[in-house]
Amino acid sequence: MILNASGCLDPLAAPDVARSLDAVVTKTVTPLPREGNAPVRIAETEIGMLNSIGLANPGIDRFVADVLPQLLDLGPPVWVSVGGFSAEDYAASCARLDTTGAAALELNLSCPNVAAPEDEATAIVAAARAATGKPLYAKLSPALPDVASVATAAAEAGADGLSLVNTIRGLALDPATLRPRLSTASGGLSGPALRPIALAAVHACFRAAGLPIVGMGGVETGRHALELIAAGASAVALGTVLFADPAAPARVRAELAAEVARRGFGDPAAACGVAHDTPPVGVATGANAGSDASGRVRLKL
Amino acid sequence: MRPAAKPCPSRNVSPARLSVLAVEAVGAYALVRLRRGSVEPGIPGQFFMLRPAGLLLPRPMSLCLAPPGELAFLVDPVGPGTRALAALGPGEEVDVLGPLGNGFRLDVRRPLLVGGGIGAAPFPYLSERLGCPPALLGFRTAHHAAAAALVPNAEVVLEPTLVTERLEPGFDVLACGPEPMLEAVRRLVPGAQLAWEAPMACGYGACYGCAVEIDGRLARLCVEGPVLGGRVPVPGTRTWPEEAAA
Repeated sequence: MILNASGCLDPLAAPDVARSLDAVVTKTVTPLPREGNAPVRIAETEIGMLNSIGLANPGIDRFVADVLPQLLDLGPPVWVSVGGFSAEDYAASCARLDTTGAAALELNLSCPNVAAPEDEATAIVAAARAATGKPLYAKLSPALPDVASVATAAAEAGADGLSLVNTIRGLALDPATLRPRLSTASGGLSGPALRPIALAAVHACFRAAGLPIVGMGGVETGRHALELIAAGASAVALGTVLFADPAAPARVRAELAAEVARRGFGDPAAACGVAHDTPPVGVATGANAGSDASGRVRLKL
Repeated sequence: MRPAAKPCPSRNVSPARLSVLAVEAVGAYALVRLRRGSVEPGIPGQFFMLRPAGLLLPRPMSLCLAPPGELAFLVDPVGPGTRALAALGPGEEVDVLGPLGNGFRLDVRRPLLVGGGIGAAPFPYLSERLGCPPALLGFRTAHHAAAAALVPNAEVVLEPTLVTERLEPGFDVLACGPEPMLEAVRRLVPGAQLAWEAPMACGYGACYGCAVEIDGRLARLCVEGPVLGGRVPVPGTRTWPEEAAA
């Protein structure tokens, strides 16, 4: 299952891209409209991209009245990303969305470009849970000191799944002036640099929380998607790669299918969590492996 | 932001991989000539996202020339992205997305093309579509002014002379160039069509990186522009800082 990461697609500006996804995730919606941060909002680095968009969105009222009906008309299930600044904010928005056609609600507990309510994660999930019967996914920050414990707390508070991970804070300086390139100085780092960080978070939360995981962070290819699935994701979301390649959903889906078939898994779900199975670290199968006298498969070093 | 209440114009979001025919020096600039394939050239002033191998994000470039079977882009190699484009060799491939955005209105009676520096890039194609109207082009140096050879009927001025010093009344102005030039042109010709630029990760409305303030609100330049009429973005927000500083 291939989704977009929240904030990485305007389905109404690119309906064909939206229709190539198994579900569409909206930009985060807050109770009141937000213009977002002042330009400059994006910067490329050698290993990823920084953004400080700042949750630009029309606010929950206009979203529900004007935007969501158009999104639902596109066809794919719509996951609404919900943001706010208190548990009450989240609960109110979830209550508004409870009677809509949204397929699931993703609680953005982790945007690095606005005040982060991470300490309140449990309270927010519990308040949202009380406000809606829709499936609730908690989107967590990779900067949490112990992401697995927060994921576990979210599960106990009623989350149905996890979205891992959001961007991580980074800074880029103009090489000539040595001043920040973004108007907000730092911003959220995404792209290839985020990939191993996302893998670690998914790996840490898979067994700890026991919830379905939407894995995301620097996925560019089917192999990257398969790695997140092996770490424990049951779905994969695409972010920065969509900016460079709007055809990425179909391409990654095809590459993933080929990777899965080549490795003898019946389908991607069969690979979910295999990174946690034996053989342990240091022992491998595949092209770089060979067998010793005992028949154990060892890395060729 | 006031998104989505009005339908967005449809845009081509099917990327193509085009091969390089040649990269030719044009003074300080590089003319990147690509085999066109099935990609449409679009309306002058529209843009394409170009990404050579190894670049994380593509770069927005307006189309310079559209001879049969070819798309050509004039590139000022000032940052990592533009340098990678200028360094391409024949047979190498580039991911191309476009045409994107809103180009120039061509229903003008007495057109005059006004450009500054690399802002002349869309004018060869625009001139062709408008029947070779007069053009007024300003450049930093004579080396940069070599690009004027691509634009028919062009009058060239070099710094410190500014194009606005030579601007005469009575024309329908279509302009592209650095922000201060566009601001100055707009003061002299309020109805001028102006092509702006902004940092842009995607070019098709997904990243929200190219937000500029237009009519008192933040809007995506890739969706609402890059050619705007009397509506003007807030100054200081429209270049890749790294490339502007280079």
